[in-house]
Amino acid sequence: MTRKATAFTALAALLLLIGADLIGAPLNPYQAPPAFAFGSGQVASGGFCGALPN
Amino acid sequence: MNTAILERQAASGGIARRSALILAALAAVAALALFGGARYGFMLAIGLGFGIALEGLRFGFAGPWRAMIVRREPAGILAQLLAIALVSIVAIPAISSHPGELTGAQAPIGFAMVGGAFVFGAAMQVVMGCGSGTLVNAGSGNPIGLLALPFFAIGSFFGAYGLIWWTNLGALPILTLRGTSGLAVTLVLLGLVAATVFFLGKRGSRSLPRRYIIAALVLAALAIANLLVAGQPWGVVYGLGLWVAKGVNGMGFDLTQSAFYAAPGSITRVKESLLTDYTSLTDIGLIAGAFGVAAWRQGGLSQKLPSYPARAWAATIIAGFLLGYSSRLAFGCNVGAFFSGISTGSLHGWVWFAAAFAGAYLGIWLRPRLGLEARA
Repeated sequence: MTRKATAFTALAALLLLIGADLIGAPLNPYQAPPAFAFGSGQVASGGFCGALPN
Repeated sequence: MNTAILERQAASGGIARRSALILAALAAVAALALFGGARYGFMLAIGLGFGIALEGLRFGFAGPWRAMIVRREPAGILAQLLAIALVSIVAIPAISSHPGELTGAQAPIGFAMVGGAFVFGAAMQVVMGCGSGTLVNAGSGNPIGLLALPFFAIGSFFGAYGLIWWTNLGALPILTLRGTSGLAVTLVLLGLVAATVFFLGKRGSRSLPRRYIIAALVLAALAIANLLVAGQPWGVVYGLGLWVAKGVNGMGFDLTQSAFYAAPGSITRVKESLLTDYTSLTDIGLIAGAFGVAAWRQGGLSQKLPSYPARAWAATIIAGFLLGYSSRLAFGCNVGAFFSGISTGSLHGWVWFAAAFAGAYLGIWLRPRLGLEARA
């Protein structure tokens, strides 16, 4: 067996994850934030491993 | 004659494969920007950049630490410190001048944080893959990385689930280096560490290869872009735990028993698409970008998989879980705590570095004993 099998397994798993997620939580471009946080005037609210939850 | 035809066919096949890879990446970024929003498209592009840079330039975090500890080769760590310094020059003043819009990787120093960093440092040497490295390894077809990744994600979920309990064992307030003086202190500390590593390094291996300089410059540029687009620094572990949390929530389990997942921000993110979560997007980009580089290289995916004993696979599962669990307790991995913590002025990044580097000695000692030095 070569790395082809494992690399394609990783990619397939990733696509499966994204596909399953999109079914349960579809995207909505009308709720999209400004393209750049810098200069947007909005408070950053993304999840981050260094942050305790609000 | 036949050889010439075969070479021509191989060349045209290579061009077609590479064109398909470029088109797939551009189409994915454009589709996400169109159907989700420009910011998310940018974040996926930045994540792909991280994956391409790390795999394409064969740069990482676990390998250079091992090279310094085992062979006293400091170049890789010096390149990491260079990248962190370059990011800090932009990030620390930008966060000070745009509070709220931009946040750093700022977290409290505590007992669980220090212990978590030590365990992470050990586990990343066992599997030879850190936060970013495990994703890149999985994407490029490394079987150890591929097996470690799901357990990394599960560990991250459970680490976040109990994070508040662990943090309540004792932690200092968040200590941050801010503004011009904060930047000056950060650069001086980085310089002192670089000088120490330089002088401890073996003669003849102290100069930075061109590949490492390019890697440091590219990583720094991408990390700065990450901060300016997302409003938060580059991270890895949060996204992996979120993927599992979404799955667990989808199966009907109640996450509100956890103080972490009961928080309003966590509830919102579990319900929303992972394509709107910044760390998920850069994680996806890391895997896909590394896959792209491996597929791009001539023979990149045709390497035979190495053989490992059963105990190596068992050790990979355990180390993968520990990578995820410990990095949540430590408020980040080599990316979220070490790279982004120090470059955005958080003192926990420095403590993380010391504890994880100490843990790396244990991991290096454990790795061959767990059968993780490949047989062939």
